[in-house]
Amino acid sequence: MINLKINGIDVSVDRGTTLLEAAQFLGLPISTLCHMEGLTPYGACRLCVVEVGDPPNSRLVTSCTYPAEEGLKVRTASARVLRARKMIVELLLASCPQSKTIQDIAAALNVRQQRFRQENEDCILCGRCVRMCAEQMVAGAIGFTGRGQDRSIGTPFDSNSEVCRLCGACMYVCPVCELRCTYNEPEKAICGGCANLAPPCVDKPQFDDMMCYMQPCVACEIKKD
Amino acid sequence: MEQHSDVETVNPRDQTGGEICLTCKHLPGCVQRSKQASPILFCDLYEEGEWSADLVAGIIDKHRGERGGLISILEGIQAKYGFLPESALRLVAERTGRSLVDIYGVATFYKAFTLEPRGRHLCSVCVGTACHVRNAPAVAEEFQRQLGIHPGETTEDREFSLETVNCLGACALGPIVVVDGHYFPQVNTRQVGEIIGKTQVGLDFVEVATDERVFPVEVFCARCNRSLMDPDHPIEGHPSVRVTISFGRKHGWLRLSSLYGSFTIESEDEIPEDTVLNIFCPTCHAELAGATDCPVCGAPMVPLIVRGGGMVQICSRRGCFSHLLDVSGSGA
Ligand code: SF4
Ligand code: SF4
Ligand code: SF4
Ligand code: SF4
Ligand code: FES
Ligand code: FES
Repeated sequence: MINLKINGIDVSVDRGTTLLEAAQFLGLPISTLCHMEGLTPYGACRLCVVEVGDPPNSRLVTSCTYPAEEGLKVRTASARVLRARKMIVELLLASCPQSKTIQDIAAALNVRQQRFRQENEDCILCGRCVRMCAEQMVAGAIGFTGRGQDRSIGTPFDSNSEVCRLCGACMYVCPVCELRCTYNEPEKAICGGCANLAPPCVDKPQFDDMMCYMQPCVACEIKKD
Repeated sequence: MEQHSDVETVNPRDQTGGEICLTCKHLPGCVQRSKQASPILFCDLYEEGEWSADLVAGIIDKHRGERGGLISILEGIQAKYGFLPESALRLVAERTGRSLVDIYGVATFYKAFTLEPRGRHLCSVCVGTACHVRNAPAVAEEFQRQLGIHPGETTEDREFSLETVNCLGACALGPIVVVDGHYFPQVNTRQVGEIIGKTQVGLDFVEVATDERVFPVEVFCARCNRSLMDPDHPIEGHPSVRVTISFGRKHGWLRLSSLYGSFTIESEDEIPEDTVLNIFCPTCHAELAGATDCPVCGAPMVPLIVRGGGMVQICSRRGCFSHLLDVSGSGA
């Protein structure tokens, strides 16, 4: 067991526990965006910053990736943390203002406007979809391509992936598109799998143990009948 | 390399007298290579799409399991083909057991990799800070205008590819333009046409005396960091680079011209053509050996540290005129 102090409260956790998990165990709220239970921590959004150590030598670290250390002093809501977190929310809002998830985080932190040039990106590069696809769906169909401002999510050679299972998990976990394709508007349909008479997943043994994330996917409904 | 064992030793290029390329599978059998100072990416005989799964598989197996092996694999493939063919990347994914998207992600992350075939000649215009303030953007624009392509593109006849790079580690010589591994320092817009013309004629035939791409470098031992320069024995008017060499049972000194682009050497013993030399630092006696192989003949390259950052690599084979001014090490 590892003993540490979070906001002055003593807590002991197992080795390997992250600061985020320890704080959540104590019921302390920390906003997160790229973190998702069941996926490896990634530390992309920096929203979950906390302050560790004693001022003036304290530092900001991302709690979702930082493992608990013996005797560590952590503050999850110091003035410095809140300032940093608000700035990050403003930056997220500047990129993807349409995201309900980001709007909710902003509201919870009482951020009402942002000071940066407004953009309308359709991806915040949190990597949730990539990790979902690789770790839970064991498909590895999508990933990051390019670098810097050209970085984006895509399939190899920007062509239809041969290994995508059309499970929809990537869309389901995306905090920005928040798109559950239901084929209500055919022109916006993602893959056409439901309109396809041979759905990609039904009656294929390799998908038997798969968790499916497409909420009402027509293919399964047809099969039930 | 054993993958080439099935390749006939008589190269059709002997008859045509064509240029030697980096790309073709006849590489080890090609007799032109030792006569050329620097190879081009595609020779006249190169057919697009010619690639061999065995060759790529050989590159992959050489680095499989190494830490950071993927980068070495991609470098190897790019060195062979000048770009990363899609089929090669698929083979890498298959043989390393990684997902294709991982490989694609790495291939698109690094600027050194390209997924598109490049032209026969590659022009890199430095627009790093030091070159930028010396009017490099105008030079880059002039290249764009004269070639009719944007950076990152290749002319329709596949003659030229243009790219802009951020600092080549030779800022003092800026604005600097590198064409097919040849450095042109202090370029102004008026010289652009001349550089393009020279490239088309073939840079390797340019006379050393009139050629401004030849400039002196000052080099150091990578191990003890002591200078290898020998001011008492100048070659071509500049201090020579002195090293000790051994080959067979012979052991002696070798002096190289310090002019980058010149190949004049003096040595204690007569070195037969095609001998691969072991090269040592005369001060600390460490062998000057690197991890890379010569892109032309496959012999080990010898790294020398250049004053001011960067590294020059020379081929250890007598008669092979390959050398690379490698700037990737300049940040370190
Ligand atoms: S639909 Fe499923 S398999 Fe396809 S990219 Fe998304 S998560 Fe990966
Ligand atoms: S597509 Fe969505 S889930 Fe994937 S990285 Fe972008 S914002 Fe995150
Ligand atoms: S199967 Fe239909 S509903 Fe499901 S993602 Fe594809 S288009 Fe949308
Ligand atoms: S709901 Fe059924 S048919 Fe539809 S995607 Fe999921 S597993 Fe496949
Ligand atoms: S939740 Fe920790 S960095 Fe995104
Ligand atoms: S900026 Fe051009 S070489 Fe450094």
